[in-house]
Amino acid sequence: MSDLETLQSQILADIAAAADEAALEAVRVSALGKKGSISALLATLGKMSPDERKSEGARINLAKDAVTQALTARRDVLKNAALDARLASETIDVTLPLRDAPADAGRIHPLSQTWDELTTIFADMGFAVAEGPDIETDDYNFTKLNFPEGHPAREMHDTFFFNPKEDGSRLLLRTHTSPVQVRTMLSQKPPIRVICPGRTYRIDSDATHTPQFHQVEGLVIDKGSHLGHLKWILHEFCKAFFEVDNINMRFRPSFFPFTEPSLEVDIQCRRDKGEIRFGEGEDWLEILGCGMVHPNVLRACDIDPEVYQGFAWGMGIDRIAMLKYGIADLRQLFEGDVRWLNHYGFKPLDIPTLAGGLSS
Amino acid sequence: MKFTLSWLKDHLETDEPLEKLADKLTMIGLEVEHIDNKAEQLKPIRIARVISAVQHPNADRLRVCMVDIGDGGAPVQVVCGAPNARDGLVTIFGPPGTFIPGKNITLSVGSIRGVESRGMLISGAEIEISDDHSGIVELPADAPIGASYVEWAKLIDPVIEINLTPNRQDATGVHGIARDLAAADMGKLKDPGIKPIKGEFPCPVQVSVEDATLCPGFALRLVRGVKNGPSPEWLQQRLTAIGLRPINALVDITNFMTYDRARPLHVFDAKKVKGNLTVRHARDGEELLALDGKTYKLDPSICVIADDHGVESLAGIMGGEASGCDENTTDVLIESALWNEINIAQTGRKLGINSDARYRFERGVDPAFMVPGLELATKMVMELCGGTPSENVVVGKAFPDDRVIDYPLSELKRLAGIEVPLPEARGILQRLGFMVAGNGPVVKIAVPSWRTDVHGKADIVEEIVRIVGVDKVPMTPFPRGDNPRKPVLTTLQSRTRRAKRALAARGMVEAVTWSFIAKPHAELFGGGQRQLSLANPIAADLSDMRPSLLPGLIAAAQANHDRGAGDVALFEVGQIFKGDRPQDQFTAASGVRRGFASSQGLGRSWTGAAQASAFDVKADAFAVLAAAGASVQALQIAPGGGNNFPAWLHPGRSAAIQMGPQNVLGYFGELHPRALEALRADGPVMAFEVILDRIPEGKAKATRAKPQLDLPAFHPVERDFAFIVARSVKAADIVRAAQAGDKRLVTGVTVFDVYEGKGIDPDKKSVAIAVTIQPREKTLTDQEIDAIAAKIVAEVTKKTGGTLRG
Repeated sequence: MSDLETLQSQILADIAAAADEAALEAVRVSALGKKGSISALLATLGKMSPDERKSEGARINLAKDAVTQALTARRDVLKNAALDARLASETIDVTLPLRDAPADAGRIHPLSQTWDELTTIFADMGFAVAEGPDIETDDYNFTKLNFPEGHPAREMHDTFFFNPKEDGSRLLLRTHTSPVQVRTMLSQKPPIRVICPGRTYRIDSDATHTPQFHQVEGLVIDKGSHLGHLKWILHEFCKAFFEVDNINMRFRPSFFPFTEPSLEVDIQCRRDKGEIRFGEGEDWLEILGCGMVHPNVLRACDIDPEVYQGFAWGMGIDRIAMLKYGIADLRQLFEGDVRWLNHYGFKPLDIPTLAGGLSS
Repeated sequence: MKFTLSWLKDHLETDEPLEKLADKLTMIGLEVEHIDNKAEQLKPIRIARVISAVQHPNADRLRVCMVDIGDGGAPVQVVCGAPNARDGLVTIFGPPGTFIPGKNITLSVGSIRGVESRGMLISGAEIEISDDHSGIVELPADAPIGASYVEWAKLIDPVIEINLTPNRQDATGVHGIARDLAAADMGKLKDPGIKPIKGEFPCPVQVSVEDATLCPGFALRLVRGVKNGPSPEWLQQRLTAIGLRPINALVDITNFMTYDRARPLHVFDAKKVKGNLTVRHARDGEELLALDGKTYKLDPSICVIADDHGVESLAGIMGGEASGCDENTTDVLIESALWNEINIAQTGRKLGINSDARYRFERGVDPAFMVPGLELATKMVMELCGGTPSENVVVGKAFPDDRVIDYPLSELKRLAGIEVPLPEARGILQRLGFMVAGNGPVVKIAVPSWRTDVHGKADIVEEIVRIVGVDKVPMTPFPRGDNPRKPVLTTLQSRTRRAKRALAARGMVEAVTWSFIAKPHAELFGGGQRQLSLANPIAADLSDMRPSLLPGLIAAAQANHDRGAGDVALFEVGQIFKGDRPQDQFTAASGVRRGFASSQGLGRSWTGAAQASAFDVKADAFAVLAAAGASVQALQIAPGGGNNFPAWLHPGRSAAIQMGPQNVLGYFGELHPRALEALRADGPVMAFEVILDRIPEGKAKATRAKPQLDLPAFHPVERDFAFIVARSVKAADIVRAAQAGDKRLVTGVTVFDVYEGKGIDPDKKSVAIAVTIQPREKTLTDQEIDAIAAKIVAEVTKKTGGTLRG
């Protein structure tokens, strides 16, 4: 074995033995540094003959390449080992619990959700949304809706009144959303197709009545709408809202001063331990009142009943929300109990759409 | 309105079963609310004979009875507490398993004070067939032992209760209900007609009516020489079945006529009436002891019937005790009158009397039946009590205007979307009592006097439709046509919807609270004005319309705290009231956070959760404003405190959010401790309220395309500055000054550190900002950047007195 070979194998052995990058650097300097052993051999080339220089130079350079390669390879090994060692010490406790994302923790009240659902359905049927004030006049809440002064039908409404004004008139809290019909007819020309959701008030309080509740009124005024259309719209609405393929509805004649003929509508359902199934069972559950707009109401709103006609309905939003979502006690809707709201509420991204489903 | 099946069959010839009749009633608008089929319930009860009744060994008041229940077996031992339980008594017996409605129990074999009892001997009250609870039922000795009691006593008469709509006064009598059923092919109406009864002598009592608007008609007749006493069994059973108490024959006749013919009557004991009768307004100070045993104070708005003694009766509502009929009555005055509906309703409301007479008169009785009703009552009085009738005295108009409606046959199709051939429609209307003349296209229809609710074409349509059946109206698709598919929500509705989702997305929970709150709470938030106070609140703490959503939300948050959930973030979007006009009603979006309910989440956490702070609710308010379409860059924050600032907020930790000096969109901050104390809530509580109506409407855009994207060609440069400023200097002023350093090239200023404490004077603070400089035409040289930085420092120093931190 020549000196060069001995040197090379010694250096390679030192490289292999280097335990860290600093030791490896020392080996590199001792071999390839300015005063390194291989550098020293290369320096001897200048004193050689051209032939000798050629053959020796090639040998020394081969040895230098081998050492350089070994250095690089060893450096990679040591670097990866050092990284592995560092990472091995860098641990976190991945089981630490998350906080609920705000969008998961927040809740939309079931009434707001129901409101959005029914708006979506009726918007698709071409209905706009109208609103009116909660504080109404006797004229809009009763008189223009064909409630005669002193008629017992007024008493059925258990009205909240404000203190009388100096002129003797007194305002009231609307007992139904029907005054919005009046406001709409007085401000728009037919054809009219609106729904009027809103808050309404009556002096009443038990498990199925609260002094404030919510209704959605529907109103259609044009030159050809009749009871058959009304039945169809309500049937389509109920199927869409309750998200069932079919629903049995019963239309019964009834009485409201502002419609003639007047109907009440029941849906067939089965109730079993708080769960409600539609389209089956023995129970008929009343969900709304409706009818053809009374000619006196049209006249009171400057619409000629000989030319125009239409229909209207009023439905309890709280009631249909309770029915759909299995809410037992109406009063809890207004108590702000976060346990109840977390359970019956909806997440903010559960936005009802017809394409994606109302509640899924 | 209640009646029994056999009562109905007095007026309707029918073989239809009860269920079918009930379904039909509902489907023609006389909604059946309840059917009480006692026969079913009381079926197990049998007639039985007490063989022996001996003293109970362990109880003074009890007897041990051996009872023959007629089944051929051994006598049954029953322990009984009734004083009339005696040997040989024929009575009624309920075996184990019988339901006793009056006690709401189901019988079982039991031991009473150590003696076995295998059933029960029963009183009338216990099975709700009478008020008698003094002892067990006593039956005639020849009653068949072992027979079903309900069958023997003819209690097999189901009671039907209908939920009557206020327009159908004609159906407040069984006869009217039968007429409707007959019209709907459920049988034939029995209507034999009423023959006048000839008077034998002139009526000695005259009637004068002072105000014909209150009393359009009044008919009176005397029947002399009657014998009053308990009414016959059948009549008592009828009245008991529908929950009325039999009194005596004369009174029972008036109650019977009320329910049978929807014709309330009144009977005076003629011997107790002095002089003639006058129908007049009551006078101030007059009183009447009425038949319900209560004394009513009267005033001139109330219509009364008076004689020389004074007021004898509340017209159309209730008679007086003094002139009432009892078993000593021998001469009776029968009154059949018409009253003003509104006055009856008002008087009834004012005096708080809900009588069967008021119920009918305020709905308007059949005016044409005033005199026939009197004739029918006279006939009944003579049949049940004997006596000799006088001639009738009739005052006023007995029959008002005839109503004839011009009815185009096309109207049914127009309004109801259904066609019914004229003969069928004519048949329905005629069975209901209408008269139809002509063959179209327009017919004349005369309305019967009892249908005071029918006035026009639409009413006729309803009559035909309800009898034909609304289920016969075919569902007809209602196309939306070619109406443009535009958004249907108004701006405010969209804002409301987006505000709710934005707040829920920040982890808040939506509550819906009452529109009315307690007056002191309303006053605290700027409300409580007289015009916003309810005259008849449902509760003292729900008396005033809310001027803000916050009192309700704070109360709800506190209630949750009291239940053990103190970390709550609640919001509401709803109506608030600043006045009583429509334009004074606004839609507010408000929220409260308490405890560890910060923007980062609820409760404490290893991540270092903080208590909710004013900055959480500031962020909530801005989230709402952004979601509702406000231009957030244009908003100004006006720090709290001062004279015009809401007193319910902590003056140093709150602010108004404004758009210009006038338009305050809302407030945020920490609740004032005094306000919390008044609301009885534990603090601290953070809150915000934004009024959505006050956000200026954005400009309508001609195109949905977004403006061209402007991407600068050169890298932005960021420089940090720390300023020492007085504590009172607002960060917003430093930011604004820095932006003014170079309005064109400074594109962003953020505050990344605020420091007070060691190393800084106690009345100073350090505010560190990062300024982004965006070169436009070329890369900036160091000198150019330094020049801009110098201008920024100069501007901040000039506006805030701050110095660059060394």
